Amino acid sequence: MNKANILLAGVGGQGIILASRIIGNTALMNSYDVKLSEVHGMAQRGGSVISSVKMGEKVYSPIIEKQEADIILAFEKLEALRWIEYLKPGGRMIINDQEIMPVSVTTGKDSYPEDIISRIKAHYDNTVCIDALKIARECGNIKVLNTVLIGLTASFMELGKEDRLKSIRELVPERFVEINIKAFERGYNYAKS
Amino acid sequence: MKRLMLGNEAIAWGAYEAGVTVASSYPGTPSTEITEHLAGCDEIYSEWSPNEKVSMEVVIGASIAGARAITAMKHVGLNVAADPLFTVSYTGINGGLVIVVADDPGMHSSQNEQDSRHYARAAKVPMLEPADSQECKDFIKMAFEISENFDTPVLIRLSTRVSHSLSSVELAEREDYKLKGYKKDFVKYVMMPAMARKRHLIVEKRMRDLKEFGENTELNRIEWENRSIGVISSGIAYQYAREAFPEASFLKLGMIYPLPEKMIADFAAGVDKLFVVEELEPFFEEQIKAMGIEVIGKERLPVTGELNVSIIREKLLGEKQSIDLPFEEKTPMRPPVMCPGCPHRATFHVLSKLKLTVTGDIGCYTLGALPPLEAVDTCICMGASIGMAHGMEKARGAEFRKKTVAVIGDSTFIHSGITGLIDVVYNKGNSMVIILDNSITGMTGHQDNPTTGFTIKGEPTVQVDLVKLCEAVGIRRVKVVDPFKLKEFERTVKEEIEADEPSVIIARRPCALLKKASYGGTVTIDSDLCINCKLCTAIACPAILDKGDHIEIDESLCNGCLLCVEKCPRNAIVKAGVENE
Ligand SMILES: Cc1ncc(C[n+]2csc(CCOP(=O)(O)OP(=O)(O)O)c2C)c(N)n1
Repeated sequence: MNKANILLAGVGGQGIILASRIIGNTALMNSYDVKLSEVHGMAQRGGSVISSVKMGEKVYSPIIEKQEADIILAFEKLEALRWIEYLKPGGRMIINDQEIMPVSVTTGKDSYPEDIISRIKAHYDNTVCIDALKIARECGNIKVLNTVLIGLTASFMELGKEDRLKSIRELVPERFVEINIKAFERGYNYAKS
Repeated sequence: MKRLMLGNEAIAWGAYEAGVTVASSYPGTPSTEITEHLAGCDEIYSEWSPNEKVSMEVVIGASIAGARAITAMKHVGLNVAADPLFTVSYTGINGGLVIVVADDPGMHSSQNEQDSRHYARAAKVPMLEPADSQECKDFIKMAFEISENFDTPVLIRLSTRVSHSLSSVELAEREDYKLKGYKKDFVKYVMMPAMARKRHLIVEKRMRDLKEFGENTELNRIEWENRSIGVISSGIAYQYAREAFPEASFLKLGMIYPLPEKMIADFAAGVDKLFVVEELEPFFEEQIKAMGIEVIGKERLPVTGELNVSIIREKLLGEKQSIDLPFEEKTPMRPPVMCPGCPHRATFHVLSKLKLTVTGDIGCYTLGALPPLEAVDTCICMGASIGMAHGMEKARGAEFRKKTVAVIGDSTFIHSGITGLIDVVYNKGNSMVIILDNSITGMTGHQDNPTTGFTIKGEPTVQVDLVKLCEAVGIRRVKVVDPFKLKEFERTVKEEIEADEPSVIIARRPCALLKKASYGGTVTIDSDLCINCKLCTAIACPAILDKGDHIEIDESLCNGCLLCVEKCPRNAIVKAGVENE
């Protein structure tokens, strides 16, 4: 059985917790030992947040350390840059092509770093970039952005797609299941097209 | 069936399975979800109380009345509840009594990183510490048994990484717990000197018995492997250490107070080198050293912040990780911010503009201390703002007071602000207090409180009337103002601060995340009218972007609260989609 560490990084309010729980549940269905670590409280108010999912035969620490992530799923570009030292050499970087300005930038104190994606791509071969917001909008609701990203992440993992769809059914309110599955499919097929 | 569960949810399940029928808590990260999950069980009476001391008293009452009862709080909450804790240690219990306290090493959401284990020792109460969600559930059930077998309250220590991590949990049926009979017993339950002296002797014996119990309980276990290194650890630190030392022998402590001395001595004798790995204080280390055993601990490991696997590897094994990053620049920080539409933003914008000294308090509004508003001068603990403003007046006199204001949230005011206000009135102070009434306990994730009119289960209840409450303690000047009416709000602040008597302004506007905030749509900049004066940026809304030569609105963040419209001198901020009408 293979180990896998997935780090989800983004901005409080982007739906990172739900995304990590869907991935974690799928791993549990595949009889992995699973641990997730989440950020609640203060930082959720628009701050930088991460969530880790670790799976393997036996997982002790729930925390992913520097250079331990097999996959980083960044919901926002600046957050991709912030957490990149957590990526394992040769690991997979998935970046949602979206910018959310931190206060220091909106007030003109700092500037938002330029060319994040091309610079990351230049040094990290396994980088995939996606405009998940656009795809979510095409699916009919920008809130399914995280499901698009889960779909894309799933396409790089050994876990069965079927179990993941089952997790979505379990964790998403019934009336949103259909649109979430559509979003998942769009993400899942993204890297292949 | 196995389910992935937060440590906090598992605590609630454990309480459910143990047959708990009464729960009372005050919210506090990282403990809040415990009580929220308990509130989901029909079989358990649960409540949010005004503060942790009251919660503790409610569960003590329930226990003496014969029920199994539980309270959960964050580490600093136990400071508030410490008074009843120290004496319920003497009286002991009737139905099982468990107190969950969640530490926050690294201060993800706290004002300090005190180590609650000291409370177990100081109050002479046993303490258990689970290391994952399954243990959270199992330990709660064992804690109730220990409580009843040894006639003692039992503390459970959590930390953020146990509370807010998920791991798999096996569920079981709820125990059919029968209420214990209630008998008047003043020698046990009335702690006056004569009775308390007798009870103290019983407490000392109880701690000796518990120590003996610790030697044999499955809560503590030795994992013999390679004996060149032995590690003593507990809780989340055990998980980190296990990963850092995959081959070492371990003494994993589940009951962390009192310590099993024989077991520790045997373990120490069986290994060549002994490490103690614990987060925060050298709590085990000092006790083990006092037993005359040599250990390596805090001389190498930090007493500040969280541990992790890399720190342990580096400090104890000398294996330092080096990482070369291709980018040198510093990524701009992204600290938490007040949400778009937050009523506190308007309040602090005015206070910052008037350059007042602001004694602050704890809640979402503490964010008013950060740039660019930088309005708040102090933040110590819940309720402190009012007493501190009063102290400043007494120290520096009327001139200073006329430039000082205390700000406090609705939940915090009920928690422990009201006593400060009584102090001001009683001792002829003239402080001005602004109660930031956003109709909810915001910071901890939207819990109801006595001012909202709803219980933890969402049932309507009596609503504390803040105006009448302030009047009742002797405040004659109480004003209710909507802080989004910037001019009126500013005028009121200026008037009230001049008054030669205490006054309270209730800044009333619901949290932007509540349904009743009912904002809608977004705004946009009419570039023909905008003169780039940047006055709108003064309110520090995350949706307003200063692009240097022009201003933009991020429509994905804007929620149409219209506060910026109030600021614009040229009416250049308009509702999106209507500028051409
Ligand atoms: C003794 C203590 N208990 C609990 C907490 C956790 N806590 C921090 S802020 C807060 C509530 C704030 O609510 P309110 O005063 O209504 O302000 P809001 O966040 O809604 O602006 C709580 C419960 C704490 N810091 N200290």
